[in-house]
Amino acid sequence: MKPRQLLARTPLHVTILVFAAIWLIPTAGLLITSIRSPSNIAATGWWTVFPKLFSGGQFSLENYAGVIFKEGLGRSFLNSLMISVPATAISTFVASFAAFGFAWMKFSGRKVLFMLLVGAMVVPLQMTFIPILPIYRKLGLSGTFPGIWLAHTAYGLPMATYLVQSFMSGIPKDLFDSAAIDGASPFRTFWSIVMPISIPALASVFIFQFLWIWNDLLVALIYLGGRPNVAPVTMHIANLVTNRGADWELLTAAAFVSMALPLVVFFSLQRYFVRGILAGSVKG
Amino acid sequence: MLGVKARRRRLSRRFAETLERSRMGRLLLRSVRPVGQWFRSGGWRPWSFVGPALLLIGFFLVYPTIATIIRSFFGRGATLFGPNLEFVGLANWKFVFTNSTMLMALRNNALWAVLFTTFTVGFGLALAVLLDRVRYERLIKSIIFVPAAISGVGVGIIWKFVYAYKPAYIPQIGVLNAIVVAFGGQPVGWLIERPWINNFALIVVGIWMWTGFCMVILSAAYKNIPKQLLEAARIDGANEWRVFRRIILPLMAPTAAVVGTTMVVMVLKIFDIIFVMTNGNYSTEVIANRMYKEMFNFMNYGRASAIAVVLLILIVPFMILNIRRFAAQEGGR
Repeated sequence: MKPRQLLARTPLHVTILVFAAIWLIPTAGLLITSIRSPSNIAATGWWTVFPKLFSGGQFSLENYAGVIFKEGLGRSFLNSLMISVPATAISTFVASFAAFGFAWMKFSGRKVLFMLLVGAMVVPLQMTFIPILPIYRKLGLSGTFPGIWLAHTAYGLPMATYLVQSFMSGIPKDLFDSAAIDGASPFRTFWSIVMPISIPALASVFIFQFLWIWNDLLVALIYLGGRPNVAPVTMHIANLVTNRGADWELLTAAAFVSMALPLVVFFSLQRYFVRGILAGSVKG
Repeated sequence: MLGVKARRRRLSRRFAETLERSRMGRLLLRSVRPVGQWFRSGGWRPWSFVGPALLLIGFFLVYPTIATIIRSFFGRGATLFGPNLEFVGLANWKFVFTNSTMLMALRNNALWAVLFTTFTVGFGLALAVLLDRVRYERLIKSIIFVPAAISGVGVGIIWKFVYAYKPAYIPQIGVLNAIVVAFGGQPVGWLIERPWINNFALIVVGIWMWTGFCMVILSAAYKNIPKQLLEAARIDGANEWRVFRRIILPLMAPTAAVVGTTMVVMVLKIFDIIFVMTNGNYSTEVIANRMYKEMFNFMNYGRASAIAVVLLILIVPFMILNIRRFAAQEGGR
C-alpha cells in the first residue's frame, strides 16, 4: 500500500482500535484482578501488574478456590447447569413440535394463534409473576428445579417456536409430498424427515435459549426465592454483591466463573449463535 | 370367532341403537358424533403438535397478563385473589403516576430508551460499516460481541470495578478514576453522583453490553448491499460521507428500525444491571426494579401489578408493530 493511502486510513484504524480497547479493558481488568491477592487488589490498580509481569509471585488461583469451595459457588454452578440444560432441552423440543404444526399443518385459528405467539414474544415477564407465584407456592413448585424448568420453557417458547417455524417453513414442499405418498404419518414425517434437516436451526435455538437461561437472574429470583441450595450462579453473585460488596477478590473470581461457560459456548459455537440472532430479527 | 375390533364395532353400534331410542340419547349422539369424526379424520393431529406449546404459553403468559391487569385494581397483600383483598379502584394507578420514586423510574426509563437505543444502534451501524474495510474485522467483531454472551450480573460486576472509587489520597483501583486522577482530576463516585453522572454511567454499561448484538445484525445487512452500487456512486464522484448518507443509510434503515425496536423493548425491561450495580439507589431507579421491590420487599401485589401493566402498555405499540411486520411477511410469501 502507498504511504499516502496508509495515512488516509489511519483514522479508520485508530477509531476501531479505540472501540476494541473500550470493549477489552473492562473484562481484562476483571480477569487480572481475579488472580491477584486480596491485599494487592485493595492497594493498587490491576494495571500495575504489567511492569513486573514476569517476576512471579503476583498471581494465584486462591480466589477461585475460595469462591468455589468456601463460598459454595461450585454448588451454584451445578445448579445453573441443572436449571439451564433441561429447561433448554424441553423448550427446544416443545417448540420444534409447535413450529412444525404452525409451518406445515392446517387447522382453524392457525394464523390468529401464531400472531398471539408473535405478540407473546415481547410480553414483559413482569406481567406473569404475580398470578403464577401463588399457584407455584400452592403446588410446591416454587424453589424447585421442575418449577423453574417449566417457567423457562414457557417463557422461551414464543421466540424458539418463531425461529424454528421460520426455518421449517422454508423446507421444500416436495419432501413432504413424497413422504405422504410413502404413507408416512405426520409424526413420522416430522420426526424422521423434518427434525434431522432442522438440526442447524435447532442448534441455534438451543444455544440462544441456553445462554438466556444461564444468564437469567430475574426468573430465578422470583421462582427460586432465597433458597441457596437451588440458587444459580447469577443469583449467588447478586447475593455476594449485597453482602460482600467490597470484597473484589470474591466478586471478580465469581463473575468469571459465571462467564466461563458462556464464553466457551460463545467461542466454539459463535456461528450458530449469530445465526439465531439474525433469524430472530431480520427474517425475510 | 369375531376379532376384537369387529366385536368392539358391533358393541358400539348396538350402544348407539339403544341411545337412538330416547330423546336424550339422540341429543347426546348428535353432540358427540362430530368429536368422533374429528378424531377419525385426523383433525386432532395439528393440535397434538401445537397443543403443548399453546397450553404452556396460555398458562404462563396469556392468563397471567389478564390476571395482573385485574389485580392492579386491588389493594396490598401478597396474594392474587382472596376475600381479604380490597378493591381500590385506581389507587395503584394514582400511585404509579404521582409517587416521586415512580416518576423518577419513568424518567430514567425514558432516558435509557433514548440514549441506550441511539448509541447501541448508532455504534452498531458505525462498526458494521467501518469494520467491513479492515482485514482484522472478525477479531474485533468477536471482542465487541462477547458481552452479549455473558450475564447482566457479570457485566454489572465488570463495570462496578471499572467505576470503583477510592478517596483522592490513596491509589485508585478503578480504571476510570485512575485515568481521571492521572489527568489531574478528582476521583468521581460514578455510581453515586446523582442524578446524571450515575444514570449515564449505568447507561454506558448497557450500551457496552448490547452494541455487539446490534453490530452483528447490522453488519449482516450491510454485507447484503450490492457493492457495485457503492462503487458506482464513488466513480460518479461521491465522497465516502455522501455514499454513506445517500446509499448505505437508506438501504439499512429498515434493519436499523427493527434493531432499534428490539433495543427499546429490551431496555424498557432493564433489570439485572440496575439490580446488581445500584439496586435503584441514588436516583437510578427503573420500572422493572421498582416492580420487584413492590412485589418482594413491600409485599404489595396491587402496586406491583400496576407497575407491570405500565411496562406492558409501553411495550404494546412495539408488539403491534411486530405482529404487523409478521403479517406483512406472511402476505408476501
